[in-house]
Amino acid sequence: MDAVFLARMQFAANITFHILFPSISIALGWVLLFFRLKHLRATDPQQKLDWLRAYRLWTKVFALTFALGVVSGVTMSFQFGTNWPGYMERVGNIAGPLLSYEVLTAFFLEAGFLGVMLFGHRRVGEMVHLGATFLVAFGTLMSAFWILALNSWMQTPAGYEIVNGQFHARSWLEIIFNPSFPYRLLHMVLASALTCAFLLIGISAWQLLKGVATDSASRVLRTGLVFAALAAPAQMMAGDLHGLNTLQYQPQKIAAMEGIWETTRGASLLLFAIPDDAARTNHFEVAVPKLASLILRHDADGELKGLNEFPSAHPPVFAVFWCFRIMVGMGILMLLVSWVGLWRHWRDGREFARMPRPMLWLFAGMTFAGWVATIAGWYVTEIGRQPFIVAGLIRTSDVASRVPSSSIAVTFAIYVAVYLALLVAYVGVLKYMAETADKKSYANVSVSPAGEPQQYQRRGEFA
Amino acid sequence: MSFDELLPLIFIGLMGVSLLVYVVSDGYDLGVGMLMHRATPEERDTMVASIGPFWDANETWLVLGVGLLLVAFPKAHGLVLSELYLPTALMLVGLILRGAAFDFRVKAKADRKAMWDRLFIAGSMLASVCQGWMLGRYISGFGEGWNYPIFAGAIAVALPMAYALLGATWLVMKTDGALQHKAVEWSKIAWPPMVLGLILISMATPWISETVRERWFTLPAMIAVASIPVTAGIALVTVRVLLGSPTVRGGLCWLPFALLVLVFFLSFLGLSYSIYPFVVIDRLTVWEAASSPDSLKVILIGVCVTLPVIVAYTAFSYRVFRGKTIELDYA
Ligand code: HDD
Ligand code: HEM
Ligand code: HEM
Repeated sequence: MDAVFLARMQFAANITFHILFPSISIALGWVLLFFRLKHLRATDPQQKLDWLRAYRLWTKVFALTFALGVVSGVTMSFQFGTNWPGYMERVGNIAGPLLSYEVLTAFFLEAGFLGVMLFGHRRVGEMVHLGATFLVAFGTLMSAFWILALNSWMQTPAGYEIVNGQFHARSWLEIIFNPSFPYRLLHMVLASALTCAFLLIGISAWQLLKGVATDSASRVLRTGLVFAALAAPAQMMAGDLHGLNTLQYQPQKIAAMEGIWETTRGASLLLFAIPDDAARTNHFEVAVPKLASLILRHDADGELKGLNEFPSAHPPVFAVFWCFRIMVGMGILMLLVSWVGLWRHWRDGREFARMPRPMLWLFAGMTFAGWVATIAGWYVTEIGRQPFIVAGLIRTSDVASRVPSSSIAVTFAIYVAVYLALLVAYVGVLKYMAETADKKSYANVSVSPAGEPQQYQRRGEFA
Repeated sequence: MSFDELLPLIFIGLMGVSLLVYVVSDGYDLGVGMLMHRATPEERDTMVASIGPFWDANETWLVLGVGLLLVAFPKAHGLVLSELYLPTALMLVGLILRGAAFDFRVKAKADRKAMWDRLFIAGSMLASVCQGWMLGRYISGFGEGWNYPIFAGAIAVALPMAYALLGATWLVMKTDGALQHKAVEWSKIAWPPMVLGLILISMATPWISETVRERWFTLPAMIAVASIPVTAGIALVTVRVLLGSPTVRGGLCWLPFALLVLVFFLSFLGLSYSIYPFVVIDRLTVWEAASSPDSLKVILIGVCVTLPVIVAYTAFSYRVFRGKTIELDYA
């Protein structure tokens, strides 16, 4: 197989695996802070205990998620150079500083305080600990900020000049706050909030079904539902704005998302179709007349450019078209589930014990709904940028690595095998941790050798 | 030299320092990981607890080092990582397995713990061996011929030994009781191969590279730079003497580790001296490989502002977790 194709597959596999974990941890850090504050503020002892239980379980989830995010991220930091050496040679002057700032301001912050956040309770005071938790959560947000600045710049380049084929920075403000960046950042942060909210919902619903730690699970479930019910409509609005922005700067991507081949006024919204890249047409269309123009132009007769206007410079249609539908479909589903769930909960007198079990099963089934939508969304974005690596300026095939394709194929296979195994283990362990949450939670945490002298440090010694 | 010409030097220095900090800090935790196969299940928990709060930050230095190579010396990055494509990938697999196993081992079902421990050990070994191989290939300028793979192979054995020694002395410092006793024994076992490896590398490098030979064996520079191996030798002997004496289990438990860090530092100095002014020996100099001064300046500002802060909170974290290791929990 040809090396460029393999390199793309490998990069896609790695980043897909990586994004699973940040998309949880970006929001989960803040949720932990919330749980901790709830625990500290609660006056009722039972409530205090419930929030503490929730905090402990979800700290473990965070630790595991974060670890997988880090190891896959370390891999990512090599992938840029190994898979796209030409990329760095051409736009290194712009991508380089953005990546370095991510490492310097975000990764070290998270990594530096993670230890204190996870294991520091016995050694630092409550305020210092809360501070560490805040800094970790803030660090994950900063990671997203810098990497999305870079990604958005690749989608809508701005603030650069080209001298002798090399890109140079003209204005860093324009580079960072390039036209699509605010939308992408907002949309990604909300995606993370939703991913995390449905993880909270799904796992606590599972605990309720299994009768485990029901008191704390109820609190978490309610929290998750409220978060989701707020974030889901916000995400739809953000997505709409993001789409309008894309229409302005990357019309060919919108044409692929909507499956529009010929430039049309009053374009219809396709609910179903099988786009055919070879025949340059769609099969089996099910359409709502004029709706696409209405959504994107806010005018039923607005004009939308078709793919045929961009010969040999538009993305493959099928994947973009369907990934977009999966994302939006999941978004609608999330909205429905969270609102109906909350309404039902309210009707039940805020008692999850009275919630119908099928509803809880539905919640549990949606545990990883955020992952599906996030990945689908990223595929729209990234495949929709093809055949360019920097939209309109540099083609992906021009910057690919010169490593023999056999090497890429071998490492690709190894990575995929490792990732799949870890993914199975991750889901399995989440389930296991949820089901065993009320057995003394640290049954199998380290025990120091009995009978040996130990120099325990006193609680709060450094506070 | 103008500031623009100085910039690549500053950056090669920064990159070197990041990689040195990486090698030392991830070195001790990879070492602890490899030593786990000699420990009982209870001891393993303590060993993991001793590195638990630090390993993530340790690995971040690798990200910084490689990141600086990528952004400051893109040509060298392309060359080095295409030459080292497979070992790099295997090292990453090792690091992935290790980092994942680290967390899974205490969270998965109790009967899976032994499996995760094995993965933890295997991942640590794989990563260390690959790093040794990569170092060997790099020092020898990716040469072709029968002797080069042997050279790289030797370092692929020596570096893990060095890590193991570093890890063992870390444990001497961070634990007490039976485990500390064992750690002293492990250190004694790892000492000879590490020293042998270091001697071999020091002898083989000039033999394998003309450039290095000239740098080291011309007077009068030779006299000045000879202080590097001499000091390293004294430090290593002191480590061995300390390991044999009972004080190492008392107040001086930190000294062998500190001395080894010094040895790593000196080896790094020696290596830099051999290679300078090349990024890839005999092929690419620092200036040929550097990217534009403008973007380097932008990064430098960030480095100057953040590095002191990073050092400060790293110190804070080590302070919080100072003293002997106690069990880790998320209480
Ligand atoms: C929980 C996840 C999630 C949900 C429910 C949605 N999205 Fe989304 N979407 C993402 C997660 C996401 C994402 C993974 O985060 C992307 C990829 C890059 C980005 O910034 O956001 C994305 C990209 C993305 C793009 C591509 C923009 C571009 O690349 O130029 C558009 C137009 C939308 N979204 C629009 C929507 C709409 C109209 C939604 C209405 C329901 C929606 N998204 C729900
Ligand atoms: C090609 C792109 C990417 C590269 C090179 C990359 C690199 C990395 C690296 C090296 C780490 C580990 C940091 C550490 O040592 O602590 C990491 C973690 C992280 N990354 Fe990425 N990353 C990429 C894409 C993304 C994306 C798209 C996002 C989200 C929008 C993201 C958000 C994060 C976050 C929040 C972390 C913290 C660890 C965690 O939460 O799991 N990264 N990344
Ligand atoms: C925000 C950080 C990100 C950056 C800087 C980034 C950068 C890149 C680069 C350099 C490529 C290879 C060149 C190309 O094919 O155009 C690429 C391709 C790709 N990326 Fe991303 N990416 C990011 C986030 C993501 C995420 C989070 C996902 C998925 C979950 C993703 C999915 C893909 C896919 C599927 C491709 C292959 C597209 C194709 O070749 O058809 N990316 N991205």
